[in-house]
Amino acid sequence: MAQPAVFRVEGVTKTYVTGSVTVAALRGIDLILNEGELVVLLGASGSGKSTLLNILGALDSPTTGRVFFRDTELTGLDDAGLTAFRRAHVGFVFQFYNLVPSLTARENVALVTEIARNPMPPEEALDRVGLAARLDHFPAELSGGEQQRVAIARALAKRPEVLLCDEPTGALDSATGVTVLQAIWEANRDLGTVTALITHNAAIRQMAHRVIRLADGRVTAIEENASPQPPQGIEW
Amino acid sequence: MVMRALDRKLLRDLRRIWAQALAIALVLGCGVMVLVLATGTERSLRLARQSFYDRMQFADVFASATRVPKGQLAEIAAIPGVAQAEARISMQVVLDLPGQTKPAQARLVSLPEAGAPVLNRPVLRTGRLPDPRATDEVALSESFAEANGLFPGSSFGAILNGQWRELRVTGLMLSPEFVYLIGPGSLMPDDSRYGVIWMGEVPAAAAAGLTGAFNDLSLTLTRGASRDRVIDALDRQLAPWGGTGAYGRDLQSSDQFLSGELDQLGAMAVILPPIFLIVSAFLVNMVMGRLIGLERPVIGLLKAMGFTGREIALHYLKLAAGIGLVGVLIGWGAGWWLGAELTALYTRFYRFPWLVYTPGTASFALSALMGLGAVVAGALRAVRGSARLAPAVAMQPPAPPRFRRGHIDALAVRLGLRQTTMMILRAITRWPGRALVTSLGVAASIAVLVACFFTYDAISSVIDAAFSRTNRQSVTLTLAENAPRSVIEDAAHLPGVLRAEGALAVPVRLSHGPRSERTLLEARSPEATLVQTLDAGGHAVPLPADGLALPESLATKLDLHAGESVTVTLLAPPRDSFEIPVTRVIRQDLGETASIPAAALAARMRMAEQVNRIDLLLDPDRLAEFDRAVKATPAIAGTLFWPDVQRQFDATLNENLTRSVSIYAVLGVLITVGVVYNAARIRLSERSYELASLRVLGFSRAEVGAVLVGELMLLTLLAIPPGLLGGYGFAALIAEGFSTDVVRIPLVIARRTYAVAALIATVSALVAALAVRRRLDRVGLATALKQRE
Ligand SMILES: Nc1ncnc2c1ncn2[C@@H]1O[C@H](COP(=O)(O)OP(=O)(O)O)[C@@H](O)[C@H]1O
Ligand SMILES: [Mg+2]
Repeated sequence: MAQPAVFRVEGVTKTYVTGSVTVAALRGIDLILNEGELVVLLGASGSGKSTLLNILGALDSPTTGRVFFRDTELTGLDDAGLTAFRRAHVGFVFQFYNLVPSLTARENVALVTEIARNPMPPEEALDRVGLAARLDHFPAELSGGEQQRVAIARALAKRPEVLLCDEPTGALDSATGVTVLQAIWEANRDLGTVTALITHNAAIRQMAHRVIRLADGRVTAIEENASPQPPQGIEW
Repeated sequence: MVMRALDRKLLRDLRRIWAQALAIALVLGCGVMVLVLATGTERSLRLARQSFYDRMQFADVFASATRVPKGQLAEIAAIPGVAQAEARISMQVVLDLPGQTKPAQARLVSLPEAGAPVLNRPVLRTGRLPDPRATDEVALSESFAEANGLFPGSSFGAILNGQWRELRVTGLMLSPEFVYLIGPGSLMPDDSRYGVIWMGEVPAAAAAGLTGAFNDLSLTLTRGASRDRVIDALDRQLAPWGGTGAYGRDLQSSDQFLSGELDQLGAMAVILPPIFLIVSAFLVNMVMGRLIGLERPVIGLLKAMGFTGREIALHYLKLAAGIGLVGVLIGWGAGWWLGAELTALYTRFYRFPWLVYTPGTASFALSALMGLGAVVAGALRAVRGSARLAPAVAMQPPAPPRFRRGHIDALAVRLGLRQTTMMILRAITRWPGRALVTSLGVAASIAVLVACFFTYDAISSVIDAAFSRTNRQSVTLTLAENAPRSVIEDAAHLPGVLRAEGALAVPVRLSHGPRSERTLLEARSPEATLVQTLDAGGHAVPLPADGLALPESLATKLDLHAGESVTVTLLAPPRDSFEIPVTRVIRQDLGETASIPAAALAARMRMAEQVNRIDLLLDPDRLAEFDRAVKATPAIAGTLFWPDVQRQFDATLNENLTRSVSIYAVLGVLITVGVVYNAARIRLSERSYELASLRVLGFSRAEVGAVLVGELMLLTLLAIPPGLLGGYGFAALIAEGFSTDVVRIPLVIARRTYAVAALIATVSALVAALAVRRRLDRVGLATALKQRE
């Protein structure tokens, strides 16, 4: 790989302490994500995938270890610095869509474009995920797949350098899931957005440049995929 | 204008919680309303008084005497500190109005020969001033003329100098001296029975037997002059001429009442609004806390998107401010409207030529500031929590609340309580903060209700004390001058008189150490039964054989206690001073009069007992005969019919009190409704899953509803004792704040008041809780179970 690293993760551990219970969610992760790459994080439930993704997206900070985004050390930033980082560079997509229920599709996207530096118009972002016709619908009036595509449009609208997706198809059936994945895949292909996508559906790995397997808070394997497939060809 | 998406969310959130927001806004609105009402009306009244006094040259110092030669006026005007001095004739006259058997009474005041006076200038409303030389022309105070159907051109009879004379009305006037006009010895203005007559100086002097002299004096002071020093000099100057002690505006009857009213409005602005503002702050705290709890995922999301904690906090603060804004607008509207109504009401008691409702911007600005301040303060804690929430944590559902087995559980098991009762108890112990806010809110409401009904109790007690126990006479006759006791016998022989008792009222100055007060001293026989003194508890007690009985308010002002000595200086001849012990401190709600046994005063004045006032008990069937006889007796300068006074008192109070009590009762109820409705909505949103589960388990609607309503009613019942206690304290504040120099509000609360307040709050709470319970019926079981928050 000749591309420069976008993320560099060095010896990251994360330990949660709740009362008398201590959980080691990550036990020493070293990892690099490269420019333009789409990686899939695979692993059993509880293996630490979300924890890792949250740390990459600066939603959470590691207990030990260092995380770099290009030349910036995220682990050295304060809360305001982390907020600014998220605001400028990261788009998130979550399993449960997390749309603001009182805002329409367009307004949910506008929420982000209003605070971004160089956003695309909300209409364009929604058109990209095939929702140009549902601009003024409230989340409750949209199907699960449509809601998730709004969430993707919202994440992409600010033209983020990084797109982090935590089980975006987890709550969807297979056919709907494919349309959602297609939107993510196209964004990576057309905009070059570095994308990390969590799933525990192994079939999805075919769309990635690399597949990173986690188990018990450790990276157990990294597979390269020479010819990523568009999700439309994938079945599960 | 393009609205930001976040602001659009805000508006939609506000619309979604509109019922709760409105409930809070109404409570807040009450506080804002009272603030606008009180300060706005106070300002209007103050401005009206100021402009009237300034434009019409209201005097600073007033004095009367028996007979002062005109030549003295120049010397009085030369007293250092006196700017202008004006002399006139003033006397009480009995009137014989067309078509009325009962005599009316008026104060006759002379107009200078040159025409209009320089000081206390009346405003001519219609007609013209009387011709200064005409013996039969007079101007009338407007309200008296209106109440009796008199107008320029009408005539009526008056007993002047012992003779019945016909007088013709030339014009109607208002004077800064008589904005609030109350007859001597009376307790309320009575426009149909007491008024003012202006007459040219020459005929007035002739009627009073004072040609070449005057008996009444008004002064203005130069800037920076010492009023007290001028009064002292004036008293020395007038002493040889029967002066009865000069006094300033603070003791001028009309201004004294006006100042009392202004003080009461000021007290209203200070005492009432804080309760409403504090309750709304707590309500906002409760509702915002819940809302932000529900919005955790949204907050996490906003943080993930890169919104700063400050932006998110601002978003929720704006939501609270939105609720506050609605409340402020409601309060402004209601305050403006009620202020205009109250001002209109004042025009019936206070006669201003220019009373316009001008609440001013300050009262609106201040109330908005306080209203918004209250909601923001209430929201702050919850909002700060939202800003601090870590994004990754926010997006996870909150951990289910932890219940712990405690003493209550053990007790409950021992008592064999049902599980649904346990749910109620656990909910209260699990969220003690919210339970406390709910209970305290209801308690505040009960306190407001107690205080509101207390005003009824207090006024009833004042009326009872004044009319049933202190003044039991049918009529009080004022004599034109002091007379020997034998006149009591003469009065007893007037037709229809069942009993007659005499009294001597003299103006005095009471001094104790550095403190001194000008007041009226009434000497009467200790055996008198028509007019009685009351002890501190309100029971009639005979006058002590010697010494002074002082009303509590005077005793406080003079820092006197029973047993201590006070110096009495007679302000009328023989003008002696003497020391006398205070033997009793008495209750007197209306006015301030010191009492002394007649013999004790006579001994100290070293003269035979005299009277200038006779109280009579009349046979109600022979009133007409009595009235005719009074009109034919020149020695009688005035008559005061006590049943009329009481009727006037009752009518005025019934109207005013009913109005204000109903308004405040509504305010009190609104607090309970606002608090209980919000608490119930929050409970419902928190527990819909749990309550739906009960339904799935086979509990009936009524049983499940009882869990929700039961908790709130339990909290309401717990609120009753502190609410009643708070009500007592609140009533004490009102009694203190609303007592003035002219009326003392006794702290008397009937047991029924407590019961009614508790009952009203309980019923309002029940209605509010049941309104929310109905929503419970509408929650579909399946949806409630699926949407686990
Ligand atoms: N906020 C938290 N507090 C305590 N334990 C946590 C928290 N978040 C995650 N964990 C624990 O850390 C481990 C990894 O969790 P996670 O990263 O969510 O796994 P995955 O996403 O792979 O299913 C799990 O055992 C989980 O219970
Ligand atoms: Mg996960």
